[in-house]
Amino acid sequence: MSKYYLNYLDELESEAIFILREVWAQFQNPVILFSGGKDSIVVTHLAQKAFYPAKIPFALLHVDTGHNFPETIKFRDDLVKNMGVQLLVGSVQEAIDTGRVAEERGKNATRNTLQITTLLDAIENNKVDCAIGGGRRDEEKARAKERFFSHRDEFGQWDPKNQRPELWNLLNGKHFQGEHFRAFPISNWTEMDVWNYIKRENISIPSLYFAHEREVVWRNNSWIPNSEFLKIEPNEEVITKKIRFRTLGDITITGGIESEADTLGKIVDEVSTMRHTERGNRSDDKRSESAMEDRKREGYF
Amino acid sequence: MQINNNQLLRFTTAGSVDDGKSTLIGRLLYDSKSIFEDQLEAIEETSKRKGLGTVDLALFTDGLRDEREQGITIDVAYRYFTTPKRKFIIADTPGHIQYTRNMVTGASTANAAIILIDARHGVIEQTKRHAFIASLLQIPHIIVCVNKMDLVEYSETTYNDIVTHFEEFSSKLAVKDVRFIPISALNGDNVVNRSESMDWYQGSPLLHVLETLHISSDINKIDARFAIQTVIRPQREGFIDYRGYAGRISSGIYRVGDEVVVLPSGFTSKIKSINAGDKEIEEAYAPMSVAMTLENDIDASRGNMIVKKNNQPEMMQEFDVMMCWLHNNTVRPGAKYILVHTSNEQRAIIKEVVYKIDINTYERNTEDKNLAMNDIARIKIRSAQNIMLDPYRDNRTTGSVILIEEGTNETVAAGMIVG
Repeated sequence: MSKYYLNYLDELESEAIFILREVWAQFQNPVILFSGGKDSIVVTHLAQKAFYPAKIPFALLHVDTGHNFPETIKFRDDLVKNMGVQLLVGSVQEAIDTGRVAEERGKNATRNTLQITTLLDAIENNKVDCAIGGGRRDEEKARAKERFFSHRDEFGQWDPKNQRPELWNLLNGKHFQGEHFRAFPISNWTEMDVWNYIKRENISIPSLYFAHEREVVWRNNSWIPNSEFLKIEPNEEVITKKIRFRTLGDITITGGIESEADTLGKIVDEVSTMRHTERGNRSDDKRSESAMEDRKREGYF
Repeated sequence: MQINNNQLLRFTTAGSVDDGKSTLIGRLLYDSKSIFEDQLEAIEETSKRKGLGTVDLALFTDGLRDEREQGITIDVAYRYFTTPKRKFIIADTPGHIQYTRNMVTGASTANAAIILIDARHGVIEQTKRHAFIASLLQIPHIIVCVNKMDLVEYSETTYNDIVTHFEEFSSKLAVKDVRFIPISALNGDNVVNRSESMDWYQGSPLLHVLETLHISSDINKIDARFAIQTVIRPQREGFIDYRGYAGRISSGIYRVGDEVVVLPSGFTSKIKSINAGDKEIEEAYAPMSVAMTLENDIDASRGNMIVKKNNQPEMMQEFDVMMCWLHNNTVRPGAKYILVHTSNEQRAIIKEVVYKIDINTYERNTEDKNLAMNDIARIKIRSAQNIMLDPYRDNRTTGSVILIEEGTNETVAAGMIVG
């Protein structure tokens, strides 16, 4: 006999689907911010469920930094083809070429902050009024403050001190022209929930998440993958190691971990014993104590 | 981690600034091993920089730069931890500034509220306010934690006096399930582990209470309510005639074949199919997100509600709500607002402030009709069209509304329907 209550994963799924449908009902031109990472893949999977048997009614928006893992781009293109959805791409390289932004200098230069301009340009050019993201409140302390429906002013800025209260399941997406919202359907999920869900639903994810042999360099306490964008310092050595990635960002800043986990089951087991946060290997967050908050205030996803 | 009793429990914490709320949350996360090493290193370093002798666990919960600088919590933050028994969501609400509005925000979806009392000060005005809001919002379970027991020499008498005092005044409130626990968040007594200094306390530590609270009955399983969020029309091969009413079940249970009524039109039909994602299911219940198809082609869209023929909500244009005003902009009598109830939006006006409540004394004030931020009042609302209403005490989902100000798009009020 059914006990008429949901287990926690089903409840999180049901909540996320509710939010995705609210976005669709309340906004004119919403998109899913798709990075090719596990969180945006889960959001896309949830959108498929939310609108079944119709196709996902959102376009996917990818902010392409030009410093991608080739695996991520292939995964993105295959997914778009299989689902029959529209793909919008905002290009950081283009923004650099046209002088909208300037490349960072120095040894630890990344294109992380440069994404903000490209994202906001893409939102404006495509008249997007709601960008759905895979952000989770457990990721980072500034994200713990995020609402499901998060208001952005006409400059794309987030004001953490002036957020709309969110009560019961009544979401207020009203906005003026030129403003937009960010929506975070999996706000209440933790890294562990995401992995348990991927395993339960058998969702396909880029091979980068599974342990495999790869050329890497030891830098900033993690294994940075060798690529055409990486400048090897004289004291550094490129070696081959069995590693996997816990999060995916730009190839220049995403650190891998040594691992033998080459199946979803092994990944779930491994993640449950982790003693460091998943963003611990992301050098973009280590720049200052409020690095994420500062970027988010400016419009970062 | 595999979770055995695999439910999700949402709770909120309430207490004044120095009652040790952040420390308690930090302690729960720390002792349940939910703080990662790099997070701990970060707060250890900050504690050292601030010249503190020990690690300040409270630093873990203050996420914004201004909060860390000023040592206060500005806005609600959400925290997560999991034990082998359950997954928990904590709505961490600020203690002092704008406390009513923030507590209402955190409490609206909570299964349980933890009310902290400083053992040295006992029940104070703030305690009464928190208990009142918890009762107003019908939080099913209340756990009163008498904190800082280490500062009163773990005195059983002090604890018993506080319990008696709380029980006396809360008898006037509509709280059903209240538990009391003597704790020291700072030292970890009775938080995750049983206290060695209070062998006179026979009950469970806080975490064990949270893990075993019976929450399956927190959702109304009697009155079937399903508000339509959107209509799914795939218009593709194999599904040309498919018309699915998508939404999240607020309460009750629906089965294929059930006779239903679509409100407000009153058209009747039968449930033809229920979909959860790509799976067809025979029955669905709150809080599942599903899509239903009906046997007849009838006009039903966002804002409508599918209910059972023999159990319907009231349809009204004029009704009373207990309302908490959330915004700096004060109430303009006679002004129009947008009323949001489930997925239904209507123009509405505040017709009358019936009375204001003094949340310190619970007294009704029928003279003062001016409402400002954090005020709680009973008001009469008139909406442009009928709303499908349930009293909040029967249904937290279909009994709740918000008001949005037209000129600013801000959410200015939260209301609970009085029935």
